[in-house]
Amino acid sequence: MKKLSLIFIILLSFNVKLVLAQEEAYPLEAANVNIEDKASLQRGLRNFIYSCFGCHSMKFQRYERVANDLGIPEDLMMQYMIFNPGIKFGDLMTNSMDEKDAKQWFGATPPDLNLITRAKGVDWVYTYLKTFYEDELRPYGVNNKVYPDVGMPHVLIGLQGVQVDTCGPNDDPELVDPLTGEKLCGLKVDSSRKGSMTPEQYDQFVYDIVNFLHYSAEPFKQEREYIGVYVLLFLLLFFVFAYLLKREYWKDVD
Amino acid sequence: MLKRILYWVNDRLPVIEAWERHLSKYYAAKNFNFLYYFGALSLVVLVNQLLTGVWLTMSYNPSSEGAFASVEYIMRDVEFGWLIRYMHSTGASMFFVVIYLHMFKAILYGSYKLPRELIWIFGMAIYLALMAEAFMGYLLPWGQMSYWGAQVIISLFGSIPVIGPDLQQWIRGDYLISGITLNRFFALHVVALPIVLLGLVVLHILALHEVGSNNPDGIEIKKHKDENGIPIDGVAFHPYYTVKDIVGVVVFLFVFCGIIFFFPEMGGYFLEHANFEQANSLKTPEHIAPSWYFGAFYSILRAITFDIGPIDSKLGGVIAFAGAIAILFVLPWLDRSPVKSWRYKGFISRTAIILFAIVFVTLIWLGTKPTTDTYTIMSQVCTFLYFSFFIFMPIYSSREKTYPVPKRVTS
Repeated sequence: MKKLSLIFIILLSFNVKLVLAQEEAYPLEAANVNIEDKASLQRGLRNFIYSCFGCHSMKFQRYERVANDLGIPEDLMMQYMIFNPGIKFGDLMTNSMDEKDAKQWFGATPPDLNLITRAKGVDWVYTYLKTFYEDELRPYGVNNKVYPDVGMPHVLIGLQGVQVDTCGPNDDPELVDPLTGEKLCGLKVDSSRKGSMTPEQYDQFVYDIVNFLHYSAEPFKQEREYIGVYVLLFLLLFFVFAYLLKREYWKDVD
Repeated sequence: MLKRILYWVNDRLPVIEAWERHLSKYYAAKNFNFLYYFGALSLVVLVNQLLTGVWLTMSYNPSSEGAFASVEYIMRDVEFGWLIRYMHSTGASMFFVVIYLHMFKAILYGSYKLPRELIWIFGMAIYLALMAEAFMGYLLPWGQMSYWGAQVIISLFGSIPVIGPDLQQWIRGDYLISGITLNRFFALHVVALPIVLLGLVVLHILALHEVGSNNPDGIEIKKHKDENGIPIDGVAFHPYYTVKDIVGVVVFLFVFCGIIFFFPEMGGYFLEHANFEQANSLKTPEHIAPSWYFGAFYSILRAITFDIGPIDSKLGGVIAFAGAIAILFVLPWLDRSPVKSWRYKGFISRTAIILFAIVFVTLIWLGTKPTTDTYTIMSQVCTFLYFSFFIFMPIYSSREKTYPVPKRVTS
């Protein structure tokens, strides 16, 4: 009781503010990745190689491993995904961008993307690639919702089109129209500056990249879970015998 | 033939005597409950860490340029490297889980009390060595959290008056954490500290077997022996507790493997998300938290936000941090209760133990969170309660009314 009253006195003397400070983060969209969807992973690899790989390396991963895991024959991989004749099938997926140049061009070296989904989360990367919007104040004319003031230009702008943020500084981005359920303001592709893809096609394009990145971050994930099931089943079986043995020995105690 | 070899060895080394003394004729109370599994389990995890550690060392590159890449090399290119690595990273966290439960058992049943003070002291030394081992091991993957977590912890030494800044530099071997620090931490993590740990574990067990195990009732079973000099309430460790511990080990392995194969990151607690980014001395992560198992002491450190006379808040925090660990060492002399087990202690002691456990878990949880006003106040209250548990123990444990202790163990 004394202790309790002491706690009370302490709590009061510190003038408790029971408000949990919440960081205002942009709501992330669920990517729902699926590493068993090989077609998506193959498209993701293609999209990655053609759109991201120029700047972002994937330096812990080998072409050979990717080709084998994704079911791509060696000759096709060599022909369509590897452009430098000096690169061998078993090489790591490094790129040739010079770090110093990159720093000068973008303000920071584009990060290696091998583990990006493990560092940031798949939903983060998915939402990131979908939330570039026009911002005249930025050097490349675009800003990003989940990574404000990022140095990266909107590489996929030709596909997505130019997105604009229709929310003013005083608008609540969470407000929805009570009749249609649609958001009153938010990111919208400018109808006069559309990209070559419909929004659905663009979503799929980005999804495939994120799915591939997710695979690349932990290429052994399927194997891990596959083995895990057998390990746990074995332990269950082992438990039965271990328990019976214990019971047999402990019969004569008490 | 085998018998002859055994006798040949035994004539030169008393293996049979050792077997009997520590296993087949070591008598432990028959009423051990599930909390008594965690001693054996910590041994299992220790062996796991040693074996997987050896195999990781075979492919790991302890340099600031190559460390991060070599860990990914192990995960991707080494056969079953991912399994070995996850066993090691999960093992580190599970080591602390089992050690905390093992310590909680000692506190519940008064296993630190006379005549087992030395066992507790050795145990605490193991815990201290384990914290150093885990801390240094955490730098080795050379991720962002490795780097900045180490930065924060080493900077604590900088707050010690006079020698602080030099001491900090001496530990790092550089003006900032660098490849030099990584190399020495590697040496300490894989050579020096494991030797210390193993030595302490041997001492811990030898001291235990000298006085015998406690039990949930806190009764000395050696007081009641049969005509052969065997404690009536005791059973031989082997085969009774070996077969029983196998069951415990299997259940533990089920959980352990469940984590390894299905949740190796454990939601960012066992493998922190920021650690999948390579260490960068120019880029500070938004929120630096040490591994969860240091959470309790880290919260106590952060709880001291005010200056006390000439001691500024940083030094005050470090003193509280060190004090929180140091005070555990003298626990055997703080508890003045005439009984060992909480089963027979009075209301205040029982409440204090439960409250202490809640406070400790809360502190761990707070240690993983960023600081906010509310969290700071919570950690201050918990820090106060943490120290109160120990400081007032001589008073409440000696004055309260205890319950009569039975002569024989209850089942």
